[in-house]
Amino acid sequence: MTQHRKQVILGAHFPGVNNTTVWSDPASGSHIDLSSFTHFAQTAERGRFDFLFLAEGLRLREQRGRIHDLDVVGRPDTFTVLAALAAVTQHLGLAGTINTTFNEPYEVARQFATLDHLSGGRAAWNVVTSSDAFTGENFRRGGFLPHAERYERAEEFIATARELWDSWPVDAVRADGADFLSDASAGTFEHRGKHFDVAGRFTVPRSPQVHPVVLQAGDSSDGRELAARSADAIFSRHSTGDGAREFYLDVKGRLERYGRRPDDLKILPAATFVLGDTDAEAVDRAAEVRRQQVSPQTAILLLEQVWNRDLSDYDPDGPLPTVDPIVSDASSIVRGRARQVGDPAAEAARYRAVAEAKGLSIREVVIELTGRQTFVGSPETVARALEHAVATEISDGFILVPHITPGGLDEFADRVVPLLQERGVLRRDYAEGATLRDHLGLGPARPASDWGTGVSAAHGASAEPLRTGVRASA
Amino acid sequence: MTGLTPNATPIHLAVALDGAGWHPAAWREPGARPDDLLTARYWADLTTTAERGLLDFVTIEDSLDLQSADPFSDDVDTRTDQVRGRLDALLVAATVAPLTRHVGLVPTVTTTHTEPFHVSKAVATLDHVSHGRAGWRVQVGGTRGETGNVGRRTLPPIRRDLASSPEGRAAVRERFDEAADHVEVVRRLWDSWEDDAEIRDVTTGRFVDRDRLHHVDFEGRHFSVRGPSITPRPPQGQPVVTALAHQTIPYELAARSADVVFVTPHDDEQAASILGEVRGAEARVGRNARPLTVFADLVVVLGSTTDAARTRRRRLDEAAGSPLTSDAHVFTGTAADLASLLLRWHDVGYDGFRLRPAVVVDDLTAVVDELVPALQRAGAFRTAYDPGTLRERLGLPVAVNRYAAASA
Ligand SMILES: Cc1cc2nc3c(=O)[nH]c(=O)nc-3n(C[C@H](O)[C@H](O)[C@H](O)COP(=O)(O)O)c2cc1C
Repeated sequence: MTQHRKQVILGAHFPGVNNTTVWSDPASGSHIDLSSFTHFAQTAERGRFDFLFLAEGLRLREQRGRIHDLDVVGRPDTFTVLAALAAVTQHLGLAGTINTTFNEPYEVARQFATLDHLSGGRAAWNVVTSSDAFTGENFRRGGFLPHAERYERAEEFIATARELWDSWPVDAVRADGADFLSDASAGTFEHRGKHFDVAGRFTVPRSPQVHPVVLQAGDSSDGRELAARSADAIFSRHSTGDGAREFYLDVKGRLERYGRRPDDLKILPAATFVLGDTDAEAVDRAAEVRRQQVSPQTAILLLEQVWNRDLSDYDPDGPLPTVDPIVSDASSIVRGRARQVGDPAAEAARYRAVAEAKGLSIREVVIELTGRQTFVGSPETVARALEHAVATEISDGFILVPHITPGGLDEFADRVVPLLQERGVLRRDYAEGATLRDHLGLGPARPASDWGTGVSAAHGASAEPLRTGVRASA
Repeated sequence: MTGLTPNATPIHLAVALDGAGWHPAAWREPGARPDDLLTARYWADLTTTAERGLLDFVTIEDSLDLQSADPFSDDVDTRTDQVRGRLDALLVAATVAPLTRHVGLVPTVTTTHTEPFHVSKAVATLDHVSHGRAGWRVQVGGTRGETGNVGRRTLPPIRRDLASSPEGRAAVRERFDEAADHVEVVRRLWDSWEDDAEIRDVTTGRFVDRDRLHHVDFEGRHFSVRGPSITPRPPQGQPVVTALAHQTIPYELAARSADVVFVTPHDDEQAASILGEVRGAEARVGRNARPLTVFADLVVVLGSTTDAARTRRRRLDEAAGSPLTSDAHVFTGTAADLASLLLRWHDVGYDGFRLRPAVVVDDLTAVVDELVPALQRAGAFRTAYDPGTLRERLGLPVAVNRYAAASA
């Protein structure tokens, strides 16, 4: 393998509960049965991916006060599925999205430390902060957290979890016949903070990675800052072009003030792909996938998210509504996910301009403007594009989101992965005994005391000089 | 106890797994694998052994605090001579699920500090990944240690002597009432999806029929939960809910909330009286579900002869520095004698037994290789697994969905 080539980090996102996932295709299987997760995970492992990724949402989405029924609905418990997958995979990282608002550090730290033990060092945590009162209705405390404080709580949550993971000294478990513990205070911790006031004994001895890999998904400046301060990787929506490069430079640029190097935080955008024998065939297939992703009913639903009003009487094959969108943010019709439309009036104007220019129906214009396909082409084209993106600071890799469960990754593993391996940008095999931190080149976990407070002790003491620029990757 | 009509139903048999075993010195025994307690391989080996013995299910202990010599004490535990540290029991069960096919998996999950919403989807998912083999051992938490660890609420700690004062009993009652609410929410959430809610109707573009998804709208003193669950109804509909109980208030919690209760008779007389107390609790709480399936818990120290078993126990006690004490009766003897005891209590009315191996690698193996054949010879234990869910194996009725029944 050529050493100087920057490696493409690959995550495999299990198809989720949004309209990217095509459930109407005959190839679409169960979204709940373990066999689907096993197939997907084993394909990712065959394709030498770094990790499998599960998203999470703690309340079924609603639109106009009714449970949203057009996309896949329902998913299993994140930790439980990942623990089951630990038994049927050997090398693949297992990343779960877990919210910091409706959980407590002690439980989450226990669950990730357990997963790390059961998987032999393959656990990863994607930290999300969803804090809305709508989701809170499913939990003891309801919507208790002011929106502005959600990242503050998230940061203290991660810090507390790291303290718990550190609470068992190395070699505390001796079990050699004289004593079981070599240290009577193993697991002792105390955290007195604004959001968490906890002290006691942690149940899980030090796990193989010590700290699981921490990803952060959140796009605001606060979210990016949290990633720069507290995470190993950031999951973003910026997968192509100038937007992606700006994001990359922005986030990497935030690291230095925390004494971190650009390589210490991996930028991993979500990306979709459609393959074909030729580029032209892939483009045709992509158009077909878009039609599957945007059924007539989904077209109306997505348009309602822009117009922020009931459009159920409109014909998806007819023209756009002549009424104007409702601009008030307070009355968002979508609940259970972040609203993705910025300025409804400007957005509606854009829809009208495109529809008029191309003579498109509602469904056609929605297909045109909500498209999220990142890589479309022959395996050669896609492999080259992936390598190029990573070499040119668009990202450090991608979290691929196939649109079919469970076989949506098969073709990629069979056709694109060998090309990436030939190019020397993806491992041919996992290193023996490697943890997920090893896959990602992250180095040993830094102790809790080392994070978040400007220049870190570990790096300050390190013989290796800090790099000052953001252009870290050769 | 002679003269009873023999109980013609087969015996149900479970094993309680906890670290290296229930004797504090278990980890010192040759072959005990104390270095492996945190590995998937160890738990896979134990559960496949249980499955080789055709056992109904295994339970896995857990707590939101580190093990200690006395969890009710305010003093910090400073012992270094016993097993400390463990994994999350539900996740251990999930990991062994794909590696086993028949044995039921019943992790301990506490109620006092956990979110009913999370617990519901976790046990439901365990049921999905095990194809209908999940259970839940409900444990009421609330020791000083747990409360300090989790930190979300301040609570007066549950102490061992609480039941002796009226205020103490009221505090315990409140904690158990909350546990009953917790189980109620978990159960409602399991039903919040009807079995056929997923329709994938291409004509109307609908993946689910939202009329078959239900808000649970629970409002209690301690929390309210809106629902529905994010996880579709588990294969069993209602995974098997179990609870360990030693006293009136816990008996009543089991009678209100559980399918299976574990009790701790120490002799033939208690075996009869406790069964009576359980039935009394059922009557007091107005249980209208099928009567509780009652298991007796026993710690077992087995040997090829009674002497050999006693020698083992003596050796373990000496290594521990004090004799083994337990809330459950400690049986020390041969598998054949244990089989006689189980058959006798079975005739009294016990549906099954949860055996706590003193040394898991030795006593679980003896249960599987000696006790099970002895019970089989007596015609009281299965000789092969029948296909089916854990509920079916335990003879529990099909779980009717409360919301489907209501909307039908
Ligand atoms: C790429 C990406 C993926 C996300 N995935 C999830 C998820 O699976 N579950 C969730 O509850 N929130 C998810 N979020 C939401 C974030 O946690 C956060 O609540 C949201 O982005 C708003 O925060 P922000 O203003 O910092 O972007 C995701 C966000 C991004 C950018």
